[in-house]
Amino acid sequence: MTKSDRIVKAVAYTVLTALAIVMIFPFVWMVLSSFKPFSEIYRPYFFPKNPTLDNYRQILGSSLFPRWFTNSIIVALVTTASVLFFDSLVGYTLAKFRFPGRNIIFVFILSTLMIPTEMLIIPWYVMSSKFGWIDTYWGIMFPGMITAFGIFLMKQFMETIPDDLIDAARIDGVSEFGIFWRIALPLVRPALASLAILNFIGNWNAFLWPLIVSSKPQMYTLPVGLAYFSSENLMRWELIMTGATISTLPLIAVFLIFQRQIIRGIMLSGLKG
Amino acid sequence: MKLRQKKILTAYLFLALPLFFFVFIRFYPMLSAFYMSFTNWNILSPKKDFVGFSNYVKIFSDPVFRIALFNTLKYVLLGVPSVIVVSLFLALLLNNMIRFRSMYRLIYVMPYITPMVATSWVWRWMYQRPPAGIINNILNALGLPTRGFLMSTTEALPSIVVTTVWIEIGYCVLIFLAGLQNIPKEYLEAARVDGANRRQLLFRITIPLLNPVIVFLSVIETIIFLRIFTQVYNMTDQGSGGPLNSTKPLVLYIYQKAFKSFDMGTAAAATVVLFAIILTITIFQLKVLNRNVQY
Repeated sequence: MTKSDRIVKAVAYTVLTALAIVMIFPFVWMVLSSFKPFSEIYRPYFFPKNPTLDNYRQILGSSLFPRWFTNSIIVALVTTASVLFFDSLVGYTLAKFRFPGRNIIFVFILSTLMIPTEMLIIPWYVMSSKFGWIDTYWGIMFPGMITAFGIFLMKQFMETIPDDLIDAARIDGVSEFGIFWRIALPLVRPALASLAILNFIGNWNAFLWPLIVSSKPQMYTLPVGLAYFSSENLMRWELIMTGATISTLPLIAVFLIFQRQIIRGIMLSGLKG
Repeated sequence: MKLRQKKILTAYLFLALPLFFFVFIRFYPMLSAFYMSFTNWNILSPKKDFVGFSNYVKIFSDPVFRIALFNTLKYVLLGVPSVIVVSLFLALLLNNMIRFRSMYRLIYVMPYITPMVATSWVWRWMYQRPPAGIINNILNALGLPTRGFLMSTTEALPSIVVTTVWIEIGYCVLIFLAGLQNIPKEYLEAARVDGANRRQLLFRITIPLLNPVIVFLSVIETIIFLRIFTQVYNMTDQGSGGPLNSTKPLVLYIYQKAFKSFDMGTAAAATVVLFAIILTITIFQLKVLNRNVQY
């Protein structure tokens, strides 16, 4: 290593570390503040002097946070399961069947990616109030039950499955759905994992549509609940930070367990989108 | 022949429900939004008359709409170049290091994954006046004057941009890193043998080869900044896009028109404008920027 190489390396590490501290600071600040009593919240201490769990007790004991948490879990899990099933079924069909209209259907599905959600929310809202979907889980979930991006992604992966394998199963008398379910799906498991995690995170964090479709606080998801709670308790920053930490914790857990799939999922969404 | 027909039938059976979904949950609502934008529909009354372009005339003569449109452009013009430059810089540094790379990558990508409502409130707090706001406390400690940040009509929008850039960096760094890994090592080796210095390697080889990634991320980030909503809703007083509309973007204008004033016709017209802007910019960027790709 030459001297200039070493200098560049030292500068790189310094800059990266400085920026990493800037990037991580708001999180650390949020989590540490959730352990501070009210009396410390307007003091510029970084670490709580008298750490307490009172904020958590108060939020989990006497607010709708547990209910919002449950709502978010239900919404994120059901939507993700639906996306995995339908996106891979459509991806498989478009990749492995030859039928009239196949290309038109694929182009039609992809073209819906061009429509911004903001344009659809007013008709969705009208539809939801007409059909009684306001303040229901179905109302929050229906727009995200199938995704064009996921279909595109699954089609790419389904195309890598050899046709011979499918034909062999067919000759053995496996039903068409059985071939999809028992042969194709297990072969694309890594893609499914990435899609699942991206969808879970996306639905967990979704804000605009859940905000519009729920009017009763009981039906809020965690982000909508947090926004509502925070504006009601504007000066209670220690409680807001506790709420923010609670809404982030499951994602940090998911993130630490599935880092590799998340990174790959984000890259897939970028490079192939 | 029979088997072929059976397979075609199976394919349509598998596609039936999803196609129904795309027609009725995506395509039909889009047409419906177009149609609504030409009516004077207000959700509280049953009246729904065709009024031609008068909603469009109405919004463009509405000073609040014009401010929102202008603010949206400001978000894009301040935000997109910052995200691209900072994350390219970070990715170039990260690409050269072997140790701790995955740890840094994790740290940078965390804000992108966190619920935006949570990050918005954390930043909103950090931007407060002293003694509540940590950023102003740090400025104070350094002997610098405190700032208004979200309370100021001129500083609020850039403050929200900073938060959004902080959120988006992780995604862009990941995509840039993937792009950098795809550059064949031989190109850089060959240039180095020919006596190219570090700077030449960067500006003559690496960045031109990254051009498709830069184009891709510019388009994606432009669309993200055009659609900005959650941060503004959560970082401004009562979700109003204040102070004095100084941070109000198009989507917040749409939200208020549709769900606070229930003026669906006008709101739908504003969504059509947003759609037209997104479409135009996407096509323009893809066409113009793609021309510069050279290998």
